[in-house]
Amino acid sequence: MYLYDTIDQSLVDQRVEQFRGQVRRRMAGELSEDEFKPLRLMNGLYLQLHAYMLRVAIPYGTLSSHQMRKLAHIAQRYDKGYGHFTTRQNLQFNWPKLEETPDILAELADVQMHALQTSGNCIRNVTADQYAGAAADEVADPRITAEVVRQWSTLHPEFSFLPRKFKIAVTGSSRDRAAVRVHDIGLVVKRDEAGAIGYQVIVGGGLGRTPMIGATVRDFLPKRHLLSYLEAILRVYNQAGRRDNMYKARIKILVHALGAEEFIRRVEAEWEAIRDSAVDLPAGEHDRIATFFAPPRFEALPNNDGEFARYRLEDREFAQWARTNVAPHKQLGYAIANISLKPEGGIPGDATTEQMNAIAAIAERFSFGEIRVTHEQNLVLPHVRQADLYGVWQTLKSHDLATPNLGLISDIIACPGMDYCSLANARSIPLAQDISKRFADLRRQHDIGELKVKISGCINACGHHHVGHIGLLGVDRKGEEYYQITLGGSADENTNLGKIVGPAVPYDKVGSAIETITNTYIGLRADGESFLDTYRRVGNDPFKETLYAAH
Amino acid sequence: MPLIKNKQIVADTWQYVGDEAAIPADGGVIVSLARWQAERSVLVGRNAPLGIRLKSDESAEAIADDLPRFDVVALEFPTFKDGRPYSTVRLLRERHHYTGELRAVGDILRDQLQFMRRCGFDAFEFADETAAEKAISAFDEIEAVYQTAADWRRSAAMIRTDTANAFLNGTCG
Ligand code: SF4
Repeated sequence: MYLYDTIDQSLVDQRVEQFRGQVRRRMAGELSEDEFKPLRLMNGLYLQLHAYMLRVAIPYGTLSSHQMRKLAHIAQRYDKGYGHFTTRQNLQFNWPKLEETPDILAELADVQMHALQTSGNCIRNVTADQYAGAAADEVADPRITAEVVRQWSTLHPEFSFLPRKFKIAVTGSSRDRAAVRVHDIGLVVKRDEAGAIGYQVIVGGGLGRTPMIGATVRDFLPKRHLLSYLEAILRVYNQAGRRDNMYKARIKILVHALGAEEFIRRVEAEWEAIRDSAVDLPAGEHDRIATFFAPPRFEALPNNDGEFARYRLEDREFAQWARTNVAPHKQLGYAIANISLKPEGGIPGDATTEQMNAIAAIAERFSFGEIRVTHEQNLVLPHVRQADLYGVWQTLKSHDLATPNLGLISDIIACPGMDYCSLANARSIPLAQDISKRFADLRRQHDIGELKVKISGCINACGHHHVGHIGLLGVDRKGEEYYQITLGGSADENTNLGKIVGPAVPYDKVGSAIETITNTYIGLRADGESFLDTYRRVGNDPFKETLYAAH
Repeated sequence: MPLIKNKQIVADTWQYVGDEAAIPADGGVIVSLARWQAERSVLVGRNAPLGIRLKSDESAEAIADDLPRFDVVALEFPTFKDGRPYSTVRLLRERHHYTGELRAVGDILRDQLQFMRRCGFDAFEFADETAAEKAISAFDEIEAVYQTAADWRRSAAMIRTDTANAFLNGTCG
């Protein structure tokens, strides 16, 4: 993992003191709430329905055991004993006190963390593939790029007041787990024929009210040009992006309005003027950052560990977990273990202090002290010896962290919705809990197979409903909570936006609607077809028929 | 209005002249882009210092060829959230090599000063004296920077690379 040097550390330390001064001015009445708002937002502090909410940055979703313990401690000491992992690989504390937030930030700075740029119209905390450095299908490690981008975007003097927020995601694998096509900028790290590293640069994807899939503006940008190219994109956007209407202010609208061709022409012209300038990293710096992401000291082990195989035969429950929650590792004898934060009836993404401490301890013992946060609101132990999986599973189980439902219907993404968010039309969390209870029978879940349900409480799409295999969007019908259902979305390398299947349904009908959809799929599926496969073959119609025939 | 330059409050010797107002015989005046374009020859013939004020949607390119004529370029922030002048000012300093005064005017708040200075502004106009006084300490709150910009501060990466080279070449302790 990346470790701060004295420069990185001084920046976060001074930022904490700066914020302490701002809070002091607010408490003393020198700043009105209106004046304070932009300042607190620069530090991830929101005012929610009931209280302040602090959003902590977890850069590209990587955490050490040490950092996880600190988050556990903060949850205990300053909050109600839990934290909430978000779809942007961040952590939210829902009940901090304003006057204590500088102390929380100081505690975070102690473990090389911060809350910078987790809100506001700036370049937000960069996200990346949660399996980085571990995935069997990885071409190049996206964390190096993500850290380069993190540093470059931190307190960027020119791009801290953009037309709207700006999200960058990085993947280094052919299987896209970072949803790079629905970000303002998506970077795919790849190699050319000579083996040199470069990027496919995708611009103008996004969800929200006008969902769009990004356009590729460069097939292969050599590594050394990354920052000047990003700077060119951001400069074009900062100058030409719309500022008169916040719903039309994202870069996707600019790309769409200009047309990809004209947008690219402007970016390339700007880039010509700044390429090979001091904007790009000096050669040694990329290598310095890369050394932090060297593989941990893996043991030379045989693949298909005998004990792992034996336990899978002997213990059906373990086998079930291994089937859904364990992914192949690039190092022989190792595996990637996913920790589901979606227990039956639970709140997606929530973890208690006790659970966070337990995970920190397990990671320390079995995963080189590393933990990842996924944009699907789960956690990952990236480097577990296959032989240790059974023990890891047992310990996870004793902390209610071993739900074997990764990628299944109860592994739901839900935004905070009406329970916390002042913009919501409808509840998200209780709906997720309902669905998860309705499909509690694991045999049934496994029979249905891979199925991603994503719920947003309003059109802002924080729950990514457009890219859910089943998407649910909360809408307001004369004060009643209704949900629009979309089918067939996906955020992987074949990104698709879901299609609306018919009129919205009321809150208490959503559960049965989902059952109708899954039953229809089971009736239609060919051998080995996933929900998405079947949907892509048959389209909306059969689902529409069964869904609305009954009502 | 109180002006901060070089971290000090200084007297502003310039006058803004509205588009309809008569232009005074002497003393430095700052005019809008529209007036500059309409009355260019009058303004040039005046033989007194001249400045120009750009709105946030007016670009550096619009005045690039005329820059030697201006002793001050004022860029307007209609609200602190409008970040366009940050790009404009960098282009004026870095691309068009403007060396005169670059003044931030409009909704100027203490907590944006560090960004403004990094992008090339060297004068900051405040609504009142107290706000200006309180703002001066804002420049030095954070020392480290990750980017190169128009203040030519050395980025973290540059400092690291130099240290590494000094070490390799044996010039370091
Ligand atoms: S989607 Fe809407 S309701 Fe849900 S968190 Fe985002 S803004 Fe709030």
